Amino acid sequence: MLHLITTISKYTILILFALYTYESFAVLRPGMKPKRKEWIYKKQKALTYLLLLNANAVLLCVTMDVRVLFMAVAEIVFLSIATMVYSKIYDGASILVLNNMNILLGIGFVILTRLDVDRAIKQFVIAIIALIVTVLIPVFISKLKFLNKLSFLYALIGILLLGIVALAGKSEYGAKLNLSLGPVSVQPSEFVKIIFVFFVAAILYDYEELYEVLYATVVALLHVGLLVASRDLGGATIFLITYLCMLYVATKKVWIILGGAGLCAVGGYFAYKLFSHVQTRVIAWLDPISVIDKEGYQVSQSLFAIGTGGWFGSGLGEGMPGKIPVVSKDFVFAAISEEFGGAFALCLIFVCINCMLMFFNISMSIHDTFFKLIALGLAVEYASQVFITIGGVIKFIPSTGVTLPLVSYGGSSLLSTMIVFAVIQGLYMKRNEEESEIEDEKE
Amino acid sequence: MKKNKNKSDELDLIDISEFMDEDVPTPKPKKKKKKRNIEVNVITYGFLALFISLSVYFGYFLTFSSEEFINNPYNARINQMSKSTIRGNILSADGEILAGTNVDEEGKETRVYPYGNTFSHIIGYDTNGLMGVELDANFYLLRSHDFILNRVLNDFQNKKSQGDTVITTLDASLQEATYTAMSGYEGAVFAIEPSTGKILCCISKPDFNPNVIAYNYDSFATDSESSVFLNRATNGLYPPGSTFKIITSLEYLNEGGSVEDEFDCKGKLADEDYTMHCVNNKSHGHQTLREAFGNSCNVAYAQVGLSLDRASFAETANQLLFNETLPSKLSNSKASSFTLSPEDKNPRVMQTAIGQGKTLVTPMHMALIASAICNDGDLKVPYVVEKVENLNKVEVKSFESEDYGQILTEAQANELEELMRYVVTDGTASALNTDDYTVYGKTGSAEYTSNKDDTHSWFVGYAKDGDKEIALAIVLEGAGSGSKHAVPLAKVMFDEYFNEQ
Repeated sequence: MLHLITTISKYTILILFALYTYESFAVLRPGMKPKRKEWIYKKQKALTYLLLLNANAVLLCVTMDVRVLFMAVAEIVFLSIATMVYSKIYDGASILVLNNMNILLGIGFVILTRLDVDRAIKQFVIAIIALIVTVLIPVFISKLKFLNKLSFLYALIGILLLGIVALAGKSEYGAKLNLSLGPVSVQPSEFVKIIFVFFVAAILYDYEELYEVLYATVVALLHVGLLVASRDLGGATIFLITYLCMLYVATKKVWIILGGAGLCAVGGYFAYKLFSHVQTRVIAWLDPISVIDKEGYQVSQSLFAIGTGGWFGSGLGEGMPGKIPVVSKDFVFAAISEEFGGAFALCLIFVCINCMLMFFNISMSIHDTFFKLIALGLAVEYASQVFITIGGVIKFIPSTGVTLPLVSYGGSSLLSTMIVFAVIQGLYMKRNEEESEIEDEKE
Repeated sequence: MKKNKNKSDELDLIDISEFMDEDVPTPKPKKKKKKRNIEVNVITYGFLALFISLSVYFGYFLTFSSEEFINNPYNARINQMSKSTIRGNILSADGEILAGTNVDEEGKETRVYPYGNTFSHIIGYDTNGLMGVELDANFYLLRSHDFILNRVLNDFQNKKSQGDTVITTLDASLQEATYTAMSGYEGAVFAIEPSTGKILCCISKPDFNPNVIAYNYDSFATDSESSVFLNRATNGLYPPGSTFKIITSLEYLNEGGSVEDEFDCKGKLADEDYTMHCVNNKSHGHQTLREAFGNSCNVAYAQVGLSLDRASFAETANQLLFNETLPSKLSNSKASSFTLSPEDKNPRVMQTAIGQGKTLVTPMHMALIASAICNDGDLKVPYVVEKVENLNKVEVKSFESEDYGQILTEAQANELEELMRYVVTDGTASALNTDDYTVYGKTGSAEYTSNKDDTHSWFVGYAKDGDKEIALAIVLEGAGSGSKHAVPLAKVMFDEYFNEQ
């Protein structure tokens, strides 16, 4: 009987999420009437809640743990509050970005509840804190005038934090990522990522002399170097790509993209030649089965999970995602694909693409160059992080160990991603002001 | 304000045409804003392309390449499938049950092997780990493609569904006849269909009874001397003896020699401090290469060996798949080994030319070489799982014959065929000369100790009757000469195979 519930639910959950994904792209069609858009957003919200109710009902049957029931109620209350805050208080915030954030958070809660109820509760508490912390960020972004003047401060904080991690960080799976502050462990690079974008934007938005570009480049490479020293290769790659993209947009020089690609290739080659841990990652990528006892174990287990789950998944609680090391963090995508199915996981990729498009969208439509660069930097960071983590999990590229934003377990990752989403909402508000100013001028 | 709010989610992605006409003044000032976004567009479409390729790869993995990962022994999920499925049957190509599952009234399942020891290595077992087809087809045996409503019904009643049936390429009557004829011998037989690569017969002795493997497992596993679990047909390494003269002849012909070239045999040949003898010191006198091949004259082949370019000889062996894992759909097989370098001394070369020295082969490898010669040089990858059906005999999956490619040219194959035919018409395998079918082959008596009387009995060859063909390799450990032991066994196999309907 239990099996029947999970089997039916895996199809209903897939249908709900597929509909959601469809709507998130349908709403982008040009020339859509505002009434119709609002209707689609309402449908999306309803689909999100239904998905959460359905998944949590299955989890309740599987675990018979009463905490799941509380979690389900708490999640829905939480998402309703988040929706209210953004759509009622912030004028001009993107409801699509908000809905996407909500459903990604929801899927994260569900899969974490499945993997480890304690961790899910912890994650949920962090999400509440993050919502409170980020509630004023959109207002700051749209109102504070001096954010583009603090480049030195941004650089100082970023390098200081990364430097401390490189020296005193806690080693985990071969990479130094975390700092222990009493009972909590923080991953500073998650926050430096945001500050870094502000730094680059503050230098490049109004640069006049070449030395300014050189200054930005040196500081950016210092960030990357410190991350390499901490063996955080995924992080280093994200910083490097982000800087190159921002530089390209600020200077409009095509050779930066080509030169940057060349630089990445050369850098990758030397990293491969010089570091044994890079070589093992590459071997584990090319043929994980051949080194399944060691380096290939994680990727192999991930592919077993995804493959055995197939297109429609095993159903919640029916798979064995616990076999994958670090499943709740870097490999959460494999757990989702195994139990919800490959079709569901594909929809998840598309929702992430949708978020990315909305990030790039605000970069294109906002007038202020400083904020344009910020939106671009955050978009590139988000997109490369999603690409690197999913690509690593499915063996498309070598696995480098980064989290899936909003879905993976991890306080720093969750908090920093919610800050990013809040900044983006602030930019949508900012654009709203710009547009009304233009209208005012016309009149 | 309200009016603007609705705009927030409109995408500003532009198409290429919008920045092609940069110089044309645009009537609306709004358009100007978009022109600043070429770079952002480039980046956006770049990432979009990355994500599309990621998604395509993901879909491709799920649809086509995931099976190799699912069916991996490290994948613990497969065992969980047995909680909802009764392990399916394994059938021979002629429909005989080689492995099945009995379920008693209390629901206890027992794996049964009606043929006992006959198929022990190739079918394997499913307790104490897995082996053979039980291992290679584990995933298919534990999947059920029963009618969907039946499965839902079973779900409701908490009953298991019947797993799919795996149909092999094995010929049960051939395997049984061969197994019976092998009684009293140890060794291995490997037979395939040259035009497809279907494995028809695969025997390794000593063997075991898979029905009682759970009781005997420990004693077998710790007995290193007889290594019962070793599948000698695919993993046993033997000196090839005179059967290797097939490869020596090929190299000789490659270097411009002819089957009509003449050699003198006085029964022995000395070089440095080593003397090579023909069997029983028999002097074969004046003879052509063809006759020397037919009589298996060691002295003539030692001379052939000394005349060869050693580096080129080693290259030819590698071209025939020595020193590499053989192409095969079986989960494991050993690589044969052959080494020869220009620095090697003459005695070593003479021994190598007649298949002694350091050369080691698996029976499967010799059968593959025979199969390629039969098939005009083209090798098919050997496979044993033919198709998967559900319990109503509806096909779920079928495996096609796979071409490995030419390991010999057609001309080379034809020249070797001529030599191998002569062995049957006028040479050491004349017992196989019959009107019922046409046999081609080479016998061998491979020394494996310093005592020249201890020899493995070899036969490598193939037979044709119209469109029906079979290639095989037989090795009987320490049995004696090839003609006396392996050739009669080959006759039993050919008779059985060609007399079948």
